Amino acid sequence: MSDQENNSSDIAIQVEGLTKSFGDKVVVRDLSMTVHRGQIYGFLGPNGSGKTTTIRMLCGLLTPDSGRGTCLGYDILKDSRLIKERVGYMTQRFSLYQDLTIKENLEFVARIYGLRSPTRAARDAIDRLGLNGRENQLAGELSGGWKQRLALGACILPSPDLLLLDEPTAGVDPKARRDFWNEIHALAADGLTVLVSTHYMDEAERCHQIAYLAYGKLLTHGSVEDVIRKARLETWTVTAPDLHALAIELENTPGVDMVAPFGNSLHVSGRDRQVLERTVENFKKREGQVWERSEPSLEDVFIDLMQGTSDNFSGAAPR
Amino acid sequence: MTNSSKRVGSTGFSRFVAMFAKEFIQLRRDRVTFATMIIVPLMQLLLFGFAINTNPHNLPTAILLQEHNDIGRAIVAALENTKYFEVSHIAQSSAELDHWIKSGEVLFGVEIPANFARDVRRGDNPSMLVVADATDPVAAGTALGALDGIVKTALRGLHAIPLDNSSTPPFTISTQRRYNPAGVTSLNIVPGLLGTILTMTMLIFTSLSVTREVERGTMESLLAMPIDPLQIMLGKITPYIVVGFAQAAIILVAGVTIFSVPVDGSLALLIVMTILFVTATLSVGYTFSTIARNQLQAIQMSMMFFLPNILLSGFMFPFSGMPGWAQVIGELLPLTHYLRMVRGIMLKGADTGDLSTQIVWLTALMLASMAIAVTRFRRTLD
Repeated sequence: MSDQENNSSDIAIQVEGLTKSFGDKVVVRDLSMTVHRGQIYGFLGPNGSGKTTTIRMLCGLLTPDSGRGTCLGYDILKDSRLIKERVGYMTQRFSLYQDLTIKENLEFVARIYGLRSPTRAARDAIDRLGLNGRENQLAGELSGGWKQRLALGACILPSPDLLLLDEPTAGVDPKARRDFWNEIHALAADGLTVLVSTHYMDEAERCHQIAYLAYGKLLTHGSVEDVIRKARLETWTVTAPDLHALAIELENTPGVDMVAPFGNSLHVSGRDRQVLERTVENFKKREGQVWERSEPSLEDVFIDLMQGTSDNFSGAAPR
Repeated sequence: MTNSSKRVGSTGFSRFVAMFAKEFIQLRRDRVTFATMIIVPLMQLLLFGFAINTNPHNLPTAILLQEHNDIGRAIVAALENTKYFEVSHIAQSSAELDHWIKSGEVLFGVEIPANFARDVRRGDNPSMLVVADATDPVAAGTALGALDGIVKTALRGLHAIPLDNSSTPPFTISTQRRYNPAGVTSLNIVPGLLGTILTMTMLIFTSLSVTREVERGTMESLLAMPIDPLQIMLGKITPYIVVGFAQAAIILVAGVTIFSVPVDGSLALLIVMTILFVTATLSVGYTFSTIARNQLQAIQMSMMFFLPNILLSGFMFPFSGMPGWAQVIGELLPLTHYLRMVRGIMLKGADTGDLSTQIVWLTALMLASMAIAVTRFRRTLD
């Protein structure tokens, strides 16, 4: 897919020490990461953790205060114009022209990227998206799921080498979400690198690599298994008659770092295995409680990571 | 449930208060709107209050003296004493005098013929000529009215002048109202409206163009694409040049057919100048577009720019009647120069040579605002 000079390298993104502040709020702090070509790299973290800001720095929409790095072999500080030629960026908010038709939007994108035949490229994209017969419909009239498919279609129209997707599936129904991810995997199989930010744990688990950001800091990264293993979290599941009262009691018990209700049970996790086990032994003696050792989920790990980080800006999230 | 979350039963009045308080908070938070409500009206009051003068004085006047003597000097002094005329140019020939009037550099031309002094002293009642640019009947009218007064008083006390109480005055002034001899206001207003209407619509069109993209979120995508600010600007402005051109054509045709405004000069020149002016105005609007944070601010900025255009450009009030500082502001407005061009071409048959100053000004203003717009355009979201 890539025909550029540095295809010897299998690294799509490599950045070191990226820092960005808005006013006196540090939104991204000393972030370093490496993304290999052909990978689907998941970007996770709570709202305002710096995911969007990082993505914007990668494609030249924001200038980092400090740090350096390359994107597709180009310097992110100096070569943003060249990066823009080869990167498809799908914004969090639908950003095609609502008052243009599907066809007109796609042709516009094709012309900006200088495709040889914009009309044909748009028609091919419409076929691929399954929007035949609706090409003259205004983009603003599409449902959320279709808008998202169209936005993705517009992003991949110029055949980029890297896709940056900022919460692409927010507000999209589960079926459309699944289709979307199948498409992403098919694109990655063809050699496209994808960096995608998301809040959904099931989506995180579909990524080759994930990174977790909180308050502008990269807390952990690796494959899903790596991240869970590195967390060294001990988790138990408990069922009891009055879960709510039990949860409140557990929160103030030594060894318990996190309690999260899951339907009719509680996930109880702790970082210190021995202390937690002693606590569990005590509670097991009570009547009506069933304790079982279980594997921590990705969500348990993330919530634990978040609690371990101090909130360095309790104000509003950046734009 | 806590005490604070209990309902006491809302009245219509408390709901009104809720809405009122919310609006007030939002209003206060939007700094630009707040500024336009408090500062701008005050600024405009002071600006226009001092600048506008419907009874203009010190109007630029060119004189052509075919002979130099005490009588000529006395008449010039008397003209300036009326406070209406201010000698700004000394012509060497009547061709030069005509050129200045045509190009709009002076409003009046005064010619004292050869042998004037001799004829006055002989009591032959010679005649001197005052030519007025009457395109704006208001500006010319009062000044011309003051001429009668100087005939009797100008030469008082000079050596060997026939006495005041003689039955005939020492000389007569023949006045010539050029370009609009009948003093028809619409001849002056319609060409002015061409410029004013174009300013209004062109400003609004482009001032919204960038802010609309920012507000709808499409700017983020656009900035991530390989396209330069100059390409974006030219691509956004060009369609409106066509629109402006069509608009100008409609106004012109209506002006000629309904108001019988002549087109004395070259129509081709008028078209070229209109395109130049439309492009300059679009560039100004585009500059606002890159400064305003949202569409409301863009409209407010356009309106703030529009008012001085109407009041200080010479559209509603005589330009030369304004104080110097107001004229400086006026010179910086594209409309001022376009008005002189349109009135010059349509009413006076002015050509490129007569309008060279205006052409240079308008081109400079256009390039300046384009340069500001391109540099102001935010390439990133920083």
